[in-house]
Amino acid sequence: MSRLIVLIVIVLGVLAIAQLVRLYELSSKLRDRREEDIPNRDNKLNAGLLLAFMFFMFGGFIWLMWTYGWTGRGEAASVSGVQTDWLLNLNFWIIIIVFFLTNSLLFGFAFKYVRKPGVKAYYFPHDNRLELIWTVVPAIVLAIIIILGLKSWNEQTDDASKEAIRVELFSKQFGWTVRMSGEDNTLGLFDYKLTNENNPLALMTTATIQNAIDSMENGMSGIKALEKKLNDRTIMLIPEERDLMVTDLDRKERLIRLLYQMKARHGAKLDKQAMDDVVFTEGDTLYLCKDQEYEFNFRAKDVIHSAYFPHFRAQMNTVPGMTTRFKFTPSVTTDEMREKMNNPKFNYILMCNKICGGAHYKMKLMVVVLDKKKYDNWSLKVSYNDSKKHQEQLAKILKRKPTPAERKEWLAASKTFKNVYPVGKPVEAPAAGPATSDSIPAGGAPMPGDSVPAPAGI
Amino acid sequence: MAAHEAHAHHDAHGHHHHEEGFVSKYIFSQDHKMIGKQFLMTAVFMGVVAMLLSILFRIQLAWPGEESDFLSFFLGEKWAPKGVLSESMYLGLVTIHGTIMVFFLLTGGLSGTFSNLLIPLQLGARDMASGFLNMISYWLFLLSSVIMLCSLFIETGPASSGWTVYPPLSALPQAIEGSGQGMTMWLASMSIFIASSLLGSLNYIVTIFNLRTKGMKMTRMPLTIWAFFVTAVLGVLSFPVLLSAALLLMMDRLAGTSFYLSDIIVGSEMLENHGGSPLLYQHLFWFLGHPEVYIVLLPALGLSSEIISTNSRKPIFGYRAMIGSILAIGFLSFIVWGHHMFVTGMNPFIGSVFVFTTLLIAIPSAVKVFNYITTIWRGSNIYTPAMLFSIGLVSTFITGGVTGIILADSALDIAVHDTYFVVAHFHIVMGMSAVFGMFAGVYHWFPKMYGRMLNTRLGYAHFWITIIGAYGVFFPMHFVGLAGAPRRYYDYTVYNEFNTESFDMMLDLNKIITFFAILAALGQLLFLFNFFYSIFRGPRAVQNPWKSNTLEWTTPVEHIHGNWPGAIPEVHRWPYDYSKPGMEDDFCPQTVPLMEGEEEH
Repeated sequence: MSRLIVLIVIVLGVLAIAQLVRLYELSSKLRDRREEDIPNRDNKLNAGLLLAFMFFMFGGFIWLMWTYGWTGRGEAASVSGVQTDWLLNLNFWIIIIVFFLTNSLLFGFAFKYVRKPGVKAYYFPHDNRLELIWTVVPAIVLAIIIILGLKSWNEQTDDASKEAIRVELFSKQFGWTVRMSGEDNTLGLFDYKLTNENNPLALMTTATIQNAIDSMENGMSGIKALEKKLNDRTIMLIPEERDLMVTDLDRKERLIRLLYQMKARHGAKLDKQAMDDVVFTEGDTLYLCKDQEYEFNFRAKDVIHSAYFPHFRAQMNTVPGMTTRFKFTPSVTTDEMREKMNNPKFNYILMCNKICGGAHYKMKLMVVVLDKKKYDNWSLKVSYNDSKKHQEQLAKILKRKPTPAERKEWLAASKTFKNVYPVGKPVEAPAAGPATSDSIPAGGAPMPGDSVPAPAGI
Repeated sequence: MAAHEAHAHHDAHGHHHHEEGFVSKYIFSQDHKMIGKQFLMTAVFMGVVAMLLSILFRIQLAWPGEESDFLSFFLGEKWAPKGVLSESMYLGLVTIHGTIMVFFLLTGGLSGTFSNLLIPLQLGARDMASGFLNMISYWLFLLSSVIMLCSLFIETGPASSGWTVYPPLSALPQAIEGSGQGMTMWLASMSIFIASSLLGSLNYIVTIFNLRTKGMKMTRMPLTIWAFFVTAVLGVLSFPVLLSAALLLMMDRLAGTSFYLSDIIVGSEMLENHGGSPLLYQHLFWFLGHPEVYIVLLPALGLSSEIISTNSRKPIFGYRAMIGSILAIGFLSFIVWGHHMFVTGMNPFIGSVFVFTTLLIAIPSAVKVFNYITTIWRGSNIYTPAMLFSIGLVSTFITGGVTGIILADSALDIAVHDTYFVVAHFHIVMGMSAVFGMFAGVYHWFPKMYGRMLNTRLGYAHFWITIIGAYGVFFPMHFVGLAGAPRRYYDYTVYNEFNTESFDMMLDLNKIITFFAILAALGQLLFLFNFFYSIFRGPRAVQNPWKSNTLEWTTPVEHIHGNWPGAIPEVHRWPYDYSKPGMEDDFCPQTVPLMEGEEEH
C-alpha cells in the first residue's frame, strides 16, 4: 500500500514539473525570450548565489572543523606519531590557506564580474609574469612539503634498532595472533606448509617439520590413506570424488617433496630461535611497553590485510607470501591516555584496514600499553622458561627466592612456544585469555590486571 | 525529420549518398554524433544504477542494522534479509558502485560521449578516421556494461573485493563468495571494456593527427581537443597494462598459475602456489589506475576550459600554459602510481621517489586553477547552467586537490591511508569534478546533440542541489576519515569497544552524509526529466546559441552525415578570440580570416 502511494506521489510530482516547465516555456514564448538568452536578473541571481554558496561552504567547513576537528582519534600515542601530527597540522595550515584563498578568488570574481549590459570583457590572453608566479610559488611551497615529508618518512621506515623488541602479528580471516620473540629477541623461522592445528603459525623446528611430514603421510587424509582408498577395488567412488582425491593426492605428493627438502636443509641449531617464542591465542590482547621500540613483523595466512593502529599513526599491509615490517615506540600508556581523554573505557586498538572479506569490519585486536614496571611483570609471566635469568627476575618480583612449586607454577602458566605446542604429540593449547593477573601465583607482585582492566569481551 | 532537407546539400556536394534505414541510423550507426549519443545514453543509465547502489549502502552506514523498506524493495530477502543489508552484498555494492562510476560513467561515458561528438566537429572533419571501429567501440562498451550489470543478479553475488579487486581476495572464491562467478564476470566485462576503450582512443588519436581541416594547426586546436588527445594517449598506454593484470588474474583463478599467489592457506586448504606476489598486481593495476584518474579528469577540464572561455566572453588565460599543463599532467601521471602503495610493503626508497613525482603534479594543476580564475577575472560572465557547473568543477578541483597533498606525502599517508579521508579526497577531486564537467558538457552541447535546448531554470535547480549535495556529502567525510574510520567497513560498532565518543561522532556524520547523498540523488531526477523531456519537447536550438568560436557551431542544427553540407570550413585563427579589442562582436569564429594588420594571439 505504502509503495503504491509513493509511486503515485512520484508520478504526480513528475507531472507537476512537466506542467511547470510547459508553463515556463509558454511564457518565454510570449515574451519572445529564447532559452540561451540568460536574462540579467537570472545572471545576477546566480552570481549572488555563488557568493552565498561560498559563505555556506566556508561556514560549513569552519563548523565541521570546530565540532569535529582532527582530534577524532585523540593525540598521537607514539614517538613518530607526534612527529606525524605536527607535520599533518603544518600541511593542513598550508592547504586550508590555499583552499580559502583560491575559492574566495574563484567565487569572488564570479560574483563581481557578472555580465553588465554595455561592459565588455577585458581581452587578456596571457601574461608571462603572472604565469611564472603561480608556477614558482607552488613549486617552492611543495619543495618545503617534500623535504619535511621525506625526512619524516625516512625516519619512520628506517630499520629498527637492535634493542627494538621483535613482535610478529599474524593475520587471517578475521583475526590477529601475536607472537613475541622471547628471550633471544629473534623470531623463529616459519613456513606455511608446516601449518596444522598444533602449529597455527607454522613455526619451523625439527619437530614441527617431522610432525608435518608424518601427518601428511600417515594422517587421516594423508598420502597413504588416499592411496589405499584409491587402490581399493572394493570401494565404489563417483568420478568427481575420485578426481578430487587424485588432485589432492598429486598436490600432497608435491608438497611432501618440499617438506623433505626442508627437513634436509633445516639445522637443529635454528630450533632455539622458535622454541622461546611466545605465541598467543588468536585474539589475545597485544601488550606493549611505554617508551620501548618495537619492530612489528607482519604475516598473512590467506589474503591481504592491513595492520592499522590509528592511535599510534601506524599502518602496514600484511601480504601473503612476504613479511612486511613497521616500527614504532609507544609513548603514552593506556592509563595515561584514558586520563587525557577523560574516558575510562578508552583502549588502543589494531584494526584491519584492507578489505579482506565479509567480516572485515570486525577484525580487530585490543592493544594495551603498560609502563615499564607493569610490563616487566607481565612479560616474565608469559615468557617464563625457568632459565637462570628468569629465576632471578622472578625472585625480584617475589622479593625472595621462588620455591620449586612457584617455579613450576610460573612455567605452567607461561606461553612459550615450547609449552603451548610441545614437541611430538599434540596437546590442547592453554585456555584463551589475556595475560592478566588471574593466573598469577599467590604472593605475586602487582600485576597489570589490577589497574588495567582487560578490554571488554576478552 | 527535417534531415531530408539537409540531405539535399549533402548530395549536391557529390558525396555518395544512400537513404539511411532506422537500424543503420540509430542502432548500428557509424556516425560519430550518433555514437556519441549512444555512449551518453548508456552512461546515463549506468550512472543512475551506480548512484542507486551508493544510496543503498549509504542507508546501511547511516542507520546500521535498521530495517528499511527501501533496501528490501531493491535487494529482496536474499541480500537484505528483513530489510537489513547483508555484509557480503554491502561489499558487492561498494565494488560495483566504484567500478561503474570510474570506468563506465567517467571513462566510457565522459570520454566516449564528448570525444566522439567534438573531435570531428571541432577539428573540421567529416567523421572519425574509422567509423566502423568507432561503432565496434560502442558495441563492446555496451556489451561490457551489460555483463557488469548482469553480475549483480547472479546467485553468488557480484565481485566484492573492492573496485581495485586486489588478489588474493579476488582470486579465491573460498575467501569471499563474490570472488566466484561474480569476479569472473567482472574480469570478462573489464577486458571487453578495455578493448572498447582502446579502439576508441586509437581512433581519436588518428583523427586528431590526420583529419584536421586546413589551417587547424595543433596550436589552434581548442583545449577540449588537447584534453581528449592526451586522454586518448594515456588510455592507449595504460589500459593494456590493466588488461594484462586482468588476464594474469584470470590465469591464477582458472589455470592454476601463481602470478599473484604465494604461500596461502585459505579455510583449511593449503594451496601449492608459491613465488607469486600480490604486489605485482597492485603495480600493474595502479600503472593504469593513476593515469585513469587523469583519463577521467582531463576531458572534464577540457570541456570546462571551453565553456568558461565562451561564457566569460574572454580568451582562456594562458592557452599555451594550459596545453603545457595538460601535457605535464599526462606525463607525470605515469610515474606516480606508487603513491597508492606506500604501506603495502613496497621498498620505502621507491616510496620516496613517488612522493616527489606525485607532489610535482600539484604544479601544473595549480597553473590550471589560476588560469581559470584569471579567465573569470574581468570577464563578462554569463551564468548558463554549463558555466555554473564549470565553476563548480574548478571549486571541487581545488577542494579535492589540496587534500591530495596530504595523501601524496608518504609520511602522512601512513596515518590516513585507506580511511574515509581518501574516499572523500578522490570523490571530490575526481568524481565530483568529472561529473560536473560532464554535466557542463551536456548542458553546453545539448543543442548540438539534439538540436533542442535544455530548460535553463531546471538546470539551475539541478546545479544548486548537486553542488550543495556534493559538498554536504564529501566535506563531513574528510572528518570521518581524520577520526580514523577505515573504508569499506559495514558498520563502525567496533568503535564501541574502544572509544564510544568516536563512534557517536561517526554515526552523526554518517547521517549528515547520507542525508545529503539522498538530496543529491533526488536532484538528479530534475536532470533526467529535463534531459529526456527536452530531447523530444525542448525548444528548437539556433545554430550558435552561445555565440561561440569553435567549428561545431558552424554546422547546421539538423545532423547530417559528413557534418558540413558544403566544403569543410577553413580555419584562420585560434578559438579564443572573445571580446578582442577592435572587433564589433564579442566573439569571432575560427573561420573568420584575420583582419588586415591583426595579429594572431
